[in-house]
Amino acid sequence: MSRQSGIGSLSRAAALSMAAAFVIIPLLATVLGGFKTIGELRASPFGLPSQWHTEFYMDILRNPVFWSYLKSSLFVSLSAVVITLLCSSMAAYVFAHIRFFGSKMLLSYLLLGMMFPFATAILPLFIMIRDLGLLDNYLGVILPQAAFSMAFAIVLFKSFFEQLPHELFEAAYVDGCGYIRFFFQFTLPLSTPILATVGTFVFVQSWNNYLLPLVVINNRELFTWPLGMMQFRGEYIVEWNKILAFVSLTIFPAIVFFVAAQKYIVAGLTRGSVKG
Amino acid sequence: MYHDGKLGAILLFLPPSLLLFSLFVVMPIFNAAELSLYKWSGFGEVTDFVGLKNYANLLSHSVFHQSMWNSVKIILASILLQIPLALGLALLIYRKTPTNTLFRLVFLAPYILAEIASGLIWSFIFDGDYGVSAQIASALSIDPFYILADKRFAFLAIITVIVWKYFGFHMMIFIAALQSVPTELIEAAELDGASPRQVVTYVKLPLIAHALKLSVFFAIIGSLQVFDVIIPLTNGGPSNSTHSIVSYLYTFGLTRLNVGYGSAVGVVLFVFCIFTALTYKRIVIREGKTT
Repeated sequence: MSRQSGIGSLSRAAALSMAAAFVIIPLLATVLGGFKTIGELRASPFGLPSQWHTEFYMDILRNPVFWSYLKSSLFVSLSAVVITLLCSSMAAYVFAHIRFFGSKMLLSYLLLGMMFPFATAILPLFIMIRDLGLLDNYLGVILPQAAFSMAFAIVLFKSFFEQLPHELFEAAYVDGCGYIRFFFQFTLPLSTPILATVGTFVFVQSWNNYLLPLVVINNRELFTWPLGMMQFRGEYIVEWNKILAFVSLTIFPAIVFFVAAQKYIVAGLTRGSVKG
Repeated sequence: MYHDGKLGAILLFLPPSLLLFSLFVVMPIFNAAELSLYKWSGFGEVTDFVGLKNYANLLSHSVFHQSMWNSVKIILASILLQIPLALGLALLIYRKTPTNTLFRLVFLAPYILAEIASGLIWSFIFDGDYGVSAQIASALSIDPFYILADKRFAFLAIITVIVWKYFGFHMMIFIAALQSVPTELIEAAELDGASPRQVVTYVKLPLIAHALKLSVFFAIIGSLQVFDVIIPLTNGGPSNSTHSIVSYLYTFGLTRLNVGYGSAVGVVLFVFCIFTALTYKRIVIREGKTT
């Protein structure tokens, strides 16, 4: 019995280590590659650098263009988060607490957005953004991103609002507090966990988004970081060490953010899957 | 009747999301359906009505067939490789212990990295001059070997990256479901002399069937929209053999501003997504009724 479980835990450890190596080795090779000369990278892509060259990283960090990419992305993502949180929490509040003719229909209309990716209509979307004069304008990225996050956000908000104690509203209502004031004064402050969860997801999606900025933003001064990274790759196509340094510098904030926000990411994944 | 601000709340709180959603999600889809019947370069009046010609061209384009087949391959790989891998790992680490939490974090990390960065990282790994294949080639002292430029292997490389990127996501769904399986049930089965394998097959898996279905649904919808990963890896090459539906749409519709043609691709993709969603809903609802 104990011999068997010994073999069991050994093979368990082996399976987990192999899976972890599969995840970590490419990331590690990327970070280390940024410290190697191009010759060493060719000779040993996965080993530790024999000499740690920091100049490739420093060149990028000293380049104001790199920081402008990050600033653009940060602006776009934060705006998308604020707009999504505000619009979808307001809508979810109405759906959760007010019964009115057509509310079910409107809700299913909004939830249609969960079913398909925005790539399906990217061409007409591009034409629409162009006709609205929003090409080379961050709003042309922010608003569609918010619109596409809406459905998923409304689902999570609605189920959260429905679980808030009903007596609270009744008490406030007796005191003469209407629906609108109640929302801003009580519902939103009580909803920080779900706001954080939805916000984290919208932020990550927007921060990582490539297709929409690719279509909307042409002006290099306005590039978000994924566009900037592809631009950089095009310029240094054979200098992998520089490209890897660039990629590492963009992974780094993502990993830090991930570790800091993991609670909300896990909550969002589990909530979404339990609700179905 | 509405003195408590119900009407005010409805009129103030609903329009922003309805407007944004209608303008940027629903209208483009309707426009796509309409524009797919025209030949249009995106400028000037839309006058050149061609009926179903865009669809006919699409259905006779061998690159489109290939891209559809590729999307099917991604779906199959997700279901046959990714989900079993995710499920296996979830069974190993679903209990809340510090080491398990650490592994969970590691496995989930690729999920939050940008697809475009993941693609770039792996295009280095697969590079015939620098990466894995370079190492293997030099170890065997054969000529450098370019996986991503080889029709036989390029798409396998893409699938590897997709599994790498998303298995953690599916694993989290399974972990959440496994944690909600009552421990008494598992203990009872163990007391009755069930082997670990039997506990998995007869207790755990049936109880997380819902999560499995959900995961398959996400895998299909996700596979249909693969794009970012492909651009840095192969850009659809060699000779257009590794396109997904979306990268096909991008290459043949968007970059050439074939608005009608690209819209037709979008409509086909849309139909697939709706079909998947409705099938999923039907299966889940039917199950819900019987149980």
